[in-house]
Amino acid sequence: MAISIKVNGVRHSVDVDGDTPLLWVLRDALGLTGTKFGCGIAQCGACTVFLNGKPLRSCAFPIAALGDGEVTTIEGVNGRTARAVQRAWTARDVPQCGYCQSGQVMSAIALLSEVRRPTDRDIDLAMNGNICRCAAYVRIRAAIKDAARTLEG
Amino acid sequence: MARHDTRLTRRDALKGVAGLVLGFYLPGDAAKAQSGAARIFTPDAGAAAFAPNAFVRIGADDRVTVLIKHIEFGQGPFTGLATLVAEELDADWSKVRAEHAPSNPDLYKNLAFGMQGTGGSTAIANSYEQMRKAGATARAMLVEAAAQAWRVPAGEITVERGVLRHARTGRTGRFGQFAQAASHVPVPDNVPLKDAARFRLIGREGAVRRLDSASKANGTAQFTIDIREPDMLTVVVARPSRFGGKVVSFEAGDARAVRGVVDVKEVPSGVAVYAEGMWPALKGRERLRVTWDEAGAEKRSTDEIIEAYRELARKPGTVAGQHGDAEAALARGGRVIEAEYVFPYLAHAPMEPLDGFLHWDGQRALARLGSQLQTGDHQAIAGVLGLSPEQVRLETMLAGGSFGRRAQPTMELAVELAQVAKAIGPGRPVKLVWTREDDIRGGYYRPLFVHRLRGALRDGKIVAWANTAVGQTFLKGSPFEAMIKDGIDPLMVEGARELSYDIADFRCDVHTADVGVPTLWWRSVGHTHTGYAVECFVDELLQAAGQDPVAGRLAMMGKAPRHAGVLRAVADLARWSGPGPFNDRARGVAVVESFGSFIAQIAEVSAGGPEGPRVHRVWCAVDCGVAVNPDVIRAQMEGGIGFGLGHALFAEVELDEGRPVQGNFDTYRSLRIHEMPQVEVAIVRSAETPTGVGEPGVPPIAPAVANAMARLGLPRPRRLPMLRGLAS
Amino acid sequence: MSRHRLAAAAAGAIIVLTGATVQTFSQGTPPAGGGDELRPVSSFAGIADTQSRSLALFQEAGKVLKHPRCVNCHPAGDRPAQGDRMQPHQPVVVRGKDGHGAPGLACATCHGRANFDPARVPGDPHWHLAPISMAWEGKSLGSICNQLKDPRRNGNRDVAAILKHVLTDSLVRWAWDPGPGRTPAPGSNAEFGALLQAWADTGAHCPAP
Repeated sequence: MAISIKVNGVRHSVDVDGDTPLLWVLRDALGLTGTKFGCGIAQCGACTVFLNGKPLRSCAFPIAALGDGEVTTIEGVNGRTARAVQRAWTARDVPQCGYCQSGQVMSAIALLSEVRRPTDRDIDLAMNGNICRCAAYVRIRAAIKDAARTLEG
Repeated sequence: MARHDTRLTRRDALKGVAGLVLGFYLPGDAAKAQSGAARIFTPDAGAAAFAPNAFVRIGADDRVTVLIKHIEFGQGPFTGLATLVAEELDADWSKVRAEHAPSNPDLYKNLAFGMQGTGGSTAIANSYEQMRKAGATARAMLVEAAAQAWRVPAGEITVERGVLRHARTGRTGRFGQFAQAASHVPVPDNVPLKDAARFRLIGREGAVRRLDSASKANGTAQFTIDIREPDMLTVVVARPSRFGGKVVSFEAGDARAVRGVVDVKEVPSGVAVYAEGMWPALKGRERLRVTWDEAGAEKRSTDEIIEAYRELARKPGTVAGQHGDAEAALARGGRVIEAEYVFPYLAHAPMEPLDGFLHWDGQRALARLGSQLQTGDHQAIAGVLGLSPEQVRLETMLAGGSFGRRAQPTMELAVELAQVAKAIGPGRPVKLVWTREDDIRGGYYRPLFVHRLRGALRDGKIVAWANTAVGQTFLKGSPFEAMIKDGIDPLMVEGARELSYDIADFRCDVHTADVGVPTLWWRSVGHTHTGYAVECFVDELLQAAGQDPVAGRLAMMGKAPRHAGVLRAVADLARWSGPGPFNDRARGVAVVESFGSFIAQIAEVSAGGPEGPRVHRVWCAVDCGVAVNPDVIRAQMEGGIGFGLGHALFAEVELDEGRPVQGNFDTYRSLRIHEMPQVEVAIVRSAETPTGVGEPGVPPIAPAVANAMARLGLPRPRRLPMLRGLAS
Repeated sequence: MSRHRLAAAAAGAIIVLTGATVQTFSQGTPPAGGGDELRPVSSFAGIADTQSRSLALFQEAGKVLKHPRCVNCHPAGDRPAQGDRMQPHQPVVVRGKDGHGAPGLACATCHGRANFDPARVPGDPHWHLAPISMAWEGKSLGSICNQLKDPRRNGNRDVAAILKHVLTDSLVRWAWDPGPGRTPAPGSNAEFGALLQAWADTGAHCPAP
């Protein structure tokens, strides 16, 4: 069935079954491949996008449930917080294989959008849903703190 | 994968691999590596004004592109190999980029393997001189071109950050200005390399940043799973639930009825569902009804395999290493201590599951995948499709991790990729994707192992050591079989067949069990279990002898100066004053050499709660020879520690009557950020030839944690993972 | 879930033929075995003493209250449990300031408006943790009962309001439709409601804490 969805500010019509996870609509129908498949059961966070500005695991979200919700992917994030996070990620050389990093960056933006000066505990609670098999966690934590400082300054 | 071990000399290992090389097709000839001819092998060479060799491209826009023969899946060869070129080229790092070299064993073989491939933490080690020479040669040609243009002696031209300068005449020029002219300069032989004292990039803190960070932070980095082509079909394969199962028949009517499913075909590994996208492919696969013949499949459960191994461990195996007479020394009395360690099957579970793209038109094929052994994968694809290797082009993609999984002696992914393309016929590009369940239940695990150790103490000293290891070999029957010498697969006993400790009477023997579970090298290979068994047991003996874990080890390291060096360095870093406990925390130590690099770690641990011990801090000292990219080395130590810790705490693939139980990250638990300790890394200064860092950070962490637990009065875990039964 | 059942779930529905297996390639879990049943209210009619009957009715309703489907999200601490074995929720999630999770990892990050079985993720329009005042984890049935009746701890509800909540709240009702791989709460929502109604009608007596 044709489903109308708004992604990164652009409206699209996609012809997919309603149970298709948002992840596969983004990747296969729209070609927005920055959002990654890692587990398919909302355990790893590689597929994290924003729904109406809040983080969402797109692998566990059927497209039929989207309605008027607005989706933002790694390709569509912008603004001061997103820039601060991505700059910190690059300056710290956070990524190793890099495959989980779109999801990590999205979760970090979500955290810093709500908590300007996150504690280690805040970082643990926001970010532990994002698995990094390379275990680049030391730098993920450091980069979030760097970004927070940038946003304060 | 394995390059060598403390006792297996590199020459031995290479001999083993060299046997393999003969079996592989080697296209082209050495001349193609020379100026010009190499262009045809790379997509970008046409646009580059200057292609002095197979590795360096310089454009009129000053951009320096380094072709990387090793796959980048996180360990940093893009940055590392480009650093080597840029150092000798005196390039401006901001103009340097890296891309994967195509598959071509003649031009791009790993000098340690004789074929193109990555593993054994060899990327920097085997490329160190080769890449520097490539850069130095390009530099000399640019200088010569400038000298001719400026009519000045080449010897008077200096190069700094991509700028050529002739001081006397005040002339300057950028690389791009001379790229075209340099391409007509004869390629010089034996260009001298820089003295290490003049390095501006190699070993210099902050001199280079990783080349792939930005694209990985903004989602633009392209992995295999991201490939999209017109008419491409996404393919998933239904495979048997037990290893060794085979398709008898299948009923695909319901699968074909799923909108978006295009076809269903039997392939040697199972039943392939072809669809316009991943979701219809998965829905189609769920609706398949497959009858499997599992008569020849492995049907044992984990505990049965462990029991069989434990029984074998009580009998002497094939001797892998010995000096003195361990049995006699153990019989002589003193205090004899015995321990048995059990290690589970482990999946690699890279974040990006296995996948590959193939477009075959009947005459030619283009394969794009995260290939770790390009020469083997290239051959395998050509073989399945009945093409010559020249008719196949294989492009290496960035891969979302590997940890050994993508280095396949049996080329099972490349074979399956070619089989699914062949089954649907030419003209239809296919992207084969494994799900996480396919991955974790798909075998090729770190083999299950049992180590039985016996040691004798006399007068506070360790005087005897006997170790019987039982496990599987994955070299046997593979193209790497020649590495097996005298009935011993060296990868089963590396790190255990001889120790860095002076022990008078020593023996290590091994039993090779026959189990129908496919196994594979897994980040740091044999050291994943031998490092734990040896470092836990030596610590247990030292504790029984009332010795300090650091001082006790150092006292036995008379013939192991680099081991001792990192142990002293890590003790300094941690301000070691004994294992404790201090309040509720204790400290554990481990030292493991793997792949020629020496790593010591100290872990600070508290008992934690029902969810297991809490690892607060880890100190790590590494000696990997010349430290090419210090920050990449630190990153690999941090990551190796997290990877090793997560598996030691949580990870196991159990078999229930032959069927893998765990299937996704809910049951195959991975370390999460709140479980990651603080990490401090010291890089020991060394002038030795550089060795790898991708794997060696892994082995010491688990025994360091176990040894700290013992000092907290907890049992030193004898069976891994430390937290069993939580994930189900 | 037992190891054996987990393995069976892992392999999908398997029918053993002679020397061969037929396997549908489902990654889901088999239909949950159905929770225990609840005794109907009528079966308590034989208890003459009203208070004893009330207590017995609550004991029966307690099978639901103490069931993993309910207790998992009525934790005594900050972190819910999950699954029939009531293991700590993975990833680590906490109640946060309003029971909907921490900044950056709210319940709704993973849990949608309905169960999504292909991903094995349960859902409800207001998936969240019960407030700490309604913690049931580790508590006796008597304590839960007192808590349930205490307006200061039950969201300022009288017994009628509690009954309405139990019968109409979609998240409560979810306990009987939790999706594959999770055992539903015993009986049905209506039977549970009937037990509580009969309990209220008999004076809503609580067992000793």
